[in-house]
Amino acid sequence: MNVAVAVYDVEHEALSGVSEAGPAPKRIVVAYGFWIFLLSDIVMFSALFAAYAVLVRSTAGGPNGAELFNQASAALETACLLASSYTCGLMSLAASSRRRVGTYLGAVVTFALGAAFLALEIREFADMIAHGATPQRSAFLSAFFTLVGCHGLHVAVGLIWLTVMMAQVAIKGFRASVQRRLLCFSLFWHALDIIWVGLFTVVYLMGVAP
Amino acid sequence: MTATRYDRAPGDRSTPAELQAETPPGVLVYTIGLFLAVVLTATSFWAANTSLLWAPGVPLGLAVLAIAQMGVHLVFFLHITTGPDNTNNVLALAFGVLIVTLVVAGSLWIMANLNDSMMPPAELMNLHMQH
Repeated sequence: MNVAVAVYDVEHEALSGVSEAGPAPKRIVVAYGFWIFLLSDIVMFSALFAAYAVLVRSTAGGPNGAELFNQASAALETACLLASSYTCGLMSLAASSRRRVGTYLGAVVTFALGAAFLALEIREFADMIAHGATPQRSAFLSAFFTLVGCHGLHVAVGLIWLTVMMAQVAIKGFRASVQRRLLCFSLFWHALDIIWVGLFTVVYLMGVAP
Repeated sequence: MTATRYDRAPGDRSTPAELQAETPPGVLVYTIGLFLAVVLTATSFWAANTSLLWAPGVPLGLAVLAIAQMGVHLVFFLHITTGPDNTNNVLALAFGVLIVTLVVAGSLWIMANLNDSMMPPAELMNLHMQH
């Protein structure tokens, strides 16, 4: 309570100074722009979600979700991604206090968990394709591979980005531009986890529920 | 004081030095978030597989759990707050949620209507099957 009151008092005093303060610092502008990008990415995913929800019964005589999906594997993927989101948060804490070892450690664990997620998903896809459930089989499977594959592609891009960021920390150190990119990366990684929450609920839980 | 004049960057929780002491440490925030997210995820997986619950209500319950978990991620991992320095972030998020709702609900609504209107009578379906 006290904190909230203090913040509001400060705001009232500071509001008059906003126009004199000039443009916001680059860190805020960059992160806000990236936030807008993430929201438009989520809007793109919502179109894929809508396509999946519309086509989920269009199996064209092929296998449906209840026959294909393995909930144990989905639970393991969820655990990997959630834990990697947590370690990514710890990494950004270490980075903002310029602790090199903590940042590397957080990045390595985040990368390992993200890679484990991706490996599980690729194994699941390979398994389905081996059993004849290819994207060409039915509209349901096309929508499934587009939706889940697009998320997997985002995770793969995130892993590459994380590697590049660690190279930048190693070479350039924690200068302001690297800090901004690390902030954008952690926003990206947390947003991917938010999309996965919707994904495992709609695809793996609702699809398998009797 | 200069820090409070601007909006806070999304994902940032660096506060002015005088407030630093009163905010909980970052690790604690992330750990609370992880704990809540694990509880909600475990509940969703349990609800999808149990026979104790009324089956037609399960999808609605799963949707509520998913939205709650997204809220947990936004608050504890992305540090979106209701504070005045977060207004722009929240407004952008609200617009995103509006578009997502329109796209998903609108598509489902239109396609359900279309399926109802386009469904041919049963005897016509049988004719189709024979050819």
